[in-house]
Amino acid sequence: MIDSVETLNKRVEALRRESLAATRILVSMGTCGIAAGAAPVLAELRRLLAERGLENTVEIVETGCIGQCYAEPSVEILNPESNSGITYGKVKVSEVSMIIDHLADVVPGLETVNKTWYYPEDEANADNRLQARIVLRNSGRIDPEKLEDYLKNRGYQALAKVLTGMSPAEVVKEITESGLRGRGGGGFPTGMKWSFAAAQPAGRKYIVCNADEGDPGAFMDRAVLEGDPHSVLEAMIIGGYAIGADTGIVYIRAEYPLAVKRLKIAIRQAEENGLLGKNIFGSGFNFKIELKYGAGAFVCGEETALIHSIEGKRGEPTFKPPFPAVSGLWGCPTVVNNVETYANVPAVIRRGAAWFRTIGTEKSPGTKVFALAGKVENVGLVEVPMGTALRDIIFNLGGGIRDGKQFKAVQTGGPSGGCLKADRLDTRIDYDTLTALGSMMGSGGMIVMDEDDCMVNIAKFFLEFTLDESCGKCTPCRIGNTRLHEMLDRICTGRATGDTINKLRNLAYAVKDTSLCGLGQTSPNPVLSTLANFEEEYEAHIRDKKCPAGVCTKLITYLINDNCVGCTLCARNCPVSCISGERKQKHVIDQDRCIKCGVCYQACKFHAIDRI
Amino acid sequence: MINLTINNMPVKVRKDSTILAAARKIGIKIPTLCHFELDCFSFEHRIGSCRICVVEVEGRRNLAPACCTPVAEGMVVKTNTLRAINARRTILDLILSDHPKDCLTCEKNGDCELQHLAGEMDLHHVLYEGKMSEYQLDLSCDAIVRDLDKCIMCRRCQSACNDVQTVGVLSGIGRGFRAVVGPADLMPLNESTCVFCGQCVIACPVGALTEQNCRYKVWRALNSGKHIIVQTAPAVRVAIGEAFGMRPGTVATGQLVAGLKLLGFDKVFDTDFAADLTIMEETTEFIERLTKNENLPILTSCCPGWVKFLEHQFPELLYMPSTAKSPQQMFGAIAKSYYAEKMGLKPEDVIVVSVMPCLSKKYEASREEFSPNGIRDVDIVISTRELANMFQEAGIQLNKLEPREYDHPLGESTGAAVIFGVTGGVIEAALRTAADWLSEKELKDVNFTAVRGSAGLKEATVKVAGIDVKVAVCSGLGNARRVLEKIRNGEARYHAIEIMACPGGCLNGGGQPYIHGDSSVLEKRAAAIYKADVDLPIRKSHENPYIKKLYAEFLGEPGSHLAHRLLHTSYKARGHLCEVKND
Repeated sequence: MIDSVETLNKRVEALRRESLAATRILVSMGTCGIAAGAAPVLAELRRLLAERGLENTVEIVETGCIGQCYAEPSVEILNPESNSGITYGKVKVSEVSMIIDHLADVVPGLETVNKTWYYPEDEANADNRLQARIVLRNSGRIDPEKLEDYLKNRGYQALAKVLTGMSPAEVVKEITESGLRGRGGGGFPTGMKWSFAAAQPAGRKYIVCNADEGDPGAFMDRAVLEGDPHSVLEAMIIGGYAIGADTGIVYIRAEYPLAVKRLKIAIRQAEENGLLGKNIFGSGFNFKIELKYGAGAFVCGEETALIHSIEGKRGEPTFKPPFPAVSGLWGCPTVVNNVETYANVPAVIRRGAAWFRTIGTEKSPGTKVFALAGKVENVGLVEVPMGTALRDIIFNLGGGIRDGKQFKAVQTGGPSGGCLKADRLDTRIDYDTLTALGSMMGSGGMIVMDEDDCMVNIAKFFLEFTLDESCGKCTPCRIGNTRLHEMLDRICTGRATGDTINKLRNLAYAVKDTSLCGLGQTSPNPVLSTLANFEEEYEAHIRDKKCPAGVCTKLITYLINDNCVGCTLCARNCPVSCISGERKQKHVIDQDRCIKCGVCYQACKFHAIDRI
Repeated sequence: MINLTINNMPVKVRKDSTILAAARKIGIKIPTLCHFELDCFSFEHRIGSCRICVVEVEGRRNLAPACCTPVAEGMVVKTNTLRAINARRTILDLILSDHPKDCLTCEKNGDCELQHLAGEMDLHHVLYEGKMSEYQLDLSCDAIVRDLDKCIMCRRCQSACNDVQTVGVLSGIGRGFRAVVGPADLMPLNESTCVFCGQCVIACPVGALTEQNCRYKVWRALNSGKHIIVQTAPAVRVAIGEAFGMRPGTVATGQLVAGLKLLGFDKVFDTDFAADLTIMEETTEFIERLTKNENLPILTSCCPGWVKFLEHQFPELLYMPSTAKSPQQMFGAIAKSYYAEKMGLKPEDVIVVSVMPCLSKKYEASREEFSPNGIRDVDIVISTRELANMFQEAGIQLNKLEPREYDHPLGESTGAAVIFGVTGGVIEAALRTAADWLSEKELKDVNFTAVRGSAGLKEATVKVAGIDVKVAVCSGLGNARRVLEKIRNGEARYHAIEIMACPGGCLNGGGQPYIHGDSSVLEKRAAAIYKADVDLPIRKSHENPYIKKLYAEFLGEPGSHLAHRLLHTSYKARGHLCEVKND
């Protein structure tokens, strides 16, 4: 039972003493690690350690996601004395015995992964490391299912500080002064949100954690919940104290079973240790946290829709005002913050607003976690200070474009963000710079595209997502997006007429200007930003009926040129047998039967097939 | 008070006003579709989903929906900037792009708010054409037709069904382009707990919800050579004139009768006659229950929507409503027995047509128990709107007709009967008779004003022959639910309660001419009903000479065996999702 600051500190000291001896082997057991095959590696580690009698000197820690998804399964050997380690990437079961053989030094020939981050809370200098980990400070470092691991890493110190030495108003002030902005996408100042709810008359109030992460390809919230669930709980309790709420609800999508499991464990541990429940830290403050499962509707990430969903109603947004901070869940003042936002809170409280402001930009202090995906070498999570240049993220942390191709564009802000092209690579990104460029921060999705991507098709792809996920409540989003998509489809299939670009642009602006919620107000962004940056590609589709990137199959023709030596390879590979010709004679593609699959194009060794 | 400017015009409005209300105050009508309000019931559907009302507000990033944006001090609103006009046209364009353009043959032709808007907004072709919704027409029930292809997702019906009526059948279903409003799983309406009150129909701005059209059935019957008679409900006479340019609140009884005669009905009778009969039976039952002090309160049973609501939602209270049939069904039963006999006709050779302000009456007439020996007591039910349409088709200009009198013997009625058309009327009529019968004296002042007015729930304690009779009057099923829950929980005690499914009573029934949110029309209809009451020489049901004659010649006395067989009914517990529970 932790019922005072003294018991907390004693507990932490005892834990530190206990664990000093052992070498620790960290295995990333987040969803990504498990998917990449971490479980058999872990089993092999356990088996071999037992076989060699090393169970007591080597401690295995199952951690959450470290962010280097491209290197999973990863195994880190941590020297407890120097707190430095070696991280192996893409570890195979067969390599585990070598790793144990060496333990303290690097196994020659095995792939190791460099850490590109520092921890601002521990280290004063970045030393050229681009990542600064505040949100992900514990992810991949601690066992998320052990409260002890969290406690050893400053866990619940912020809560202790708040409950034993700060008034609710002081907490709100600290968060406000830190300049922390909502990491779910909107970028609304968190302190201001808290102050609105705190200003409401005392009575029933709620703290809600939005864990309905829905952007395709974005998984930073999952990483935090799987890797460091207590940090979110701690922040919610702090938030509850600040606004005068005694109940917290985590609205989490049911498709995150591991996150749900670890959250449940964390809640139980917090309850058993007096960190949740009545009279926390002897302060007289009570707080409980419940879980609510979302069914996976993207729009339920919008706060009013989320609240309706918790209430058991149809998950659709309603007009604001009233804002949830005034009238939210069951009509009570409610603060809805996203997982990543909460994960910042304990650090802000521990180190203070002024410290937080030294990281990031003036208007967007702190860091942002991005989910780097698409055509980059290093796919995964990166946490960088606000104001980091896109180029650094993509080419440095991301390792550049895969297969040596040319960078073409990057989509920030998820499906309703915008596409930026190479001339924007030096943009130092924060909420405001991205919005000014017609994109947005969103929840931090970052999808990189190369020369092989057709921008019209990309716009259509993203719109397809928002189209599917629209709740259908307001006209512009329900019908407008459908019409935008139809126009894009006509462009991609060569059926568009001359005035389509104008119509597309006008409708996109109208949908943005008139939609009820953030989903509709941003869904045309991919269309508008690709139109702004790649209008010539649209024109090529419409005027010339050509897809310059060679993606839109209806607009491609494969033709065999004079390089053909009649090797028959293409004809043998063609799935619809539409290529004919005698051996050692030039072959011909029957255009009426060709399905434009491109198999011949890839098979040909003589550059004898043109894609036009 | 808040000061703002709209199109450079200063305006001062109350703090809780919207831009829409503020604009209206200075004579600017901002177009609306999803917004729906009925002042007299303090009801406002403010969902802000259609976006047709967007306007420009200085300092705001995007356009603001006028219908739900609150005013603020110093706000600068521009309703007619190019940006706002283009946006509104685009919204209209989008709605029309997914709306069938069959206006000329649509049931709602001429009464469609979308049609009006398209006219006002100068849109001459649809720019953004594309795929359209395709749903199956729901013709499953006798009362309401659902054509989801025409649904514009304004959710006004949902609000009427849930917030006002608490029936809870209609709600948003599906997402994105496939979002529509309907019963769970888009099940047919007749399998749902729908009570067919038709409040959704009068809320629908387009032709997505309309009544089952029975007009051709009437034309066929009129030309069948059979003896065809018609009954007109009390609320019809104060509303039908609206369809012919008469001022709302005009009592058009005489013209209505004349029109029906011109249509070719053999006899034009009055449901009011049966309303008097209902009072005879119901009051007899009431006095019996009151004097024995058992099974109280008695609930009125003339509203079929309310009866079905009770059967679904409060099956444990089925003993409460009076067993008296509704006036429509009493009329049918008497027409096919007493009247047919008098005319020397077989029941199956008499066709009874009802003109009702109600859609649930179509359903009521089809209830099994109202077809003894397989012969329906009421053959065809049409709404006030349908009758107006028939007059129009026949070229009958109601406003130019000389008033005529109802036929006898089923056309004579009293003031007590005509007030059945307004909330509180049934209980007032019953009190007039009960007072006389209990005191065995003739009541001089017949006006029980305590039970009048458009409030959804009225309570009064009325001295009747020395007894304090505690009555309640509910209109709107949401109000009924609240009162019944109190009764069920033992939190309230009454002797008698009148319940009407539709807010305001029958004059706001699902079959009445559309008022498009102008609730002053309802107030005028109510005033007209009370005027009709005062204008009638006899104002108590039991003094109706033809009612007396009916009992003398045929039924014996109220509550007699024959009266029970013909004029009373029973109720069934119905499930929450499906039809009658299996016994």
